[in-house]
Amino acid sequence: MADESQTPAHLPRRAIVTGHGAFPEGLVSAVQQITGRGEMLVAFSNAGLGREEIEAGLRSWIENVRASVIFTDLPGGSATLAARRVLRDQPTLTIVTGANLATLVDFVFADDSMSAADAAAHAAERGRVALATVHA
Amino acid sequence: MWRSPLCTPEPRPVSMPISLFRIDDRLVHGQVVVGWGQPLKVGFIVLADDDVAAEEWEQELYRMGVPPNVDVYFSTVADAARALERYSSDARPGVLLTGTIDAMLRLVRAAPRGAVRSVNIGGIHHRDDRAQKLRYVFLTAQEEDELRALAESGVTVTAQDVPSAHAVPLSDILSGAQA
Repeated sequence: MADESQTPAHLPRRAIVTGHGAFPEGLVSAVQQITGRGEMLVAFSNAGLGREEIEAGLRSWIENVRASVIFTDLPGGSATLAARRVLRDQPTLTIVTGANLATLVDFVFADDSMSAADAAAHAAERGRVALATVHA
Repeated sequence: MWRSPLCTPEPRPVSMPISLFRIDDRLVHGQVVVGWGQPLKVGFIVLADDDVAAEEWEQELYRMGVPPNVDVYFSTVADAARALERYSSDARPGVLLTGTIDAMLRLVRAAPRGAVRSVNIGGIHHRDDRAQKLRYVFLTAQEEDELRALAESGVTVTAQDVPSAHAVPLSDILSGAQA
């Protein structure tokens, strides 16, 4: 039986992946295919949702899965803006914008000893490095 | 400096009307900044919203969502209507956004006649008291009346979420046939 006194910091690391269209589901599906650790992530699309609904959806998922990190696609997208509104009154959250597959794979493999914020920062850097142009 | 009349004149900035008047309940977001902003080469966005105009934190939030080469002007609806002529004298293409149909109707009524010729509905999303008209447009009965009032004031109203999509005329929006 779970120890009710556990703080979120001691719970399994969970994150929300949010953004446009099928971006969240696609990324989570890819993480599951590559790592088998897709259950660490929740996909939440902003498709068809207004400002308030996106924010309410994020708040609901944060509470339900005790997520401490939100990965988003565009820095100026509505999902990111909603996440920033949530961050205003939940300052322990970390938001990573411009997330890609390399970011999420690094996050789900982060060492358990790392805080969620540190794991998110490490994952963001890994995602940044993965962006490259390749020429013949 | 004297210039021969045969010389090619210096290119001068040409003023242009606002490129897009858009109703979008998400205000500044990806479709606006990227979807419309890039093909239109938008240089500024006017966010005409009474709530955002009164809230510095909200303004900062929206400003962060816009590339540094694009200016964002926050304004009440009434002030935006008064400033339309000034915005139109800007040489850069601009977008004016409202979050509601009511705000756009107030702006059109307060603006100089003919200053707003067309309005784009970009997104009015689900709410319990709204009926679905398009994939991205849900309306109350009052909002339907407000759209009719916009049209009656000489404004062409269409719905189009992104530039590559078909512009849906008001009659088809209100019929709900494409819901």
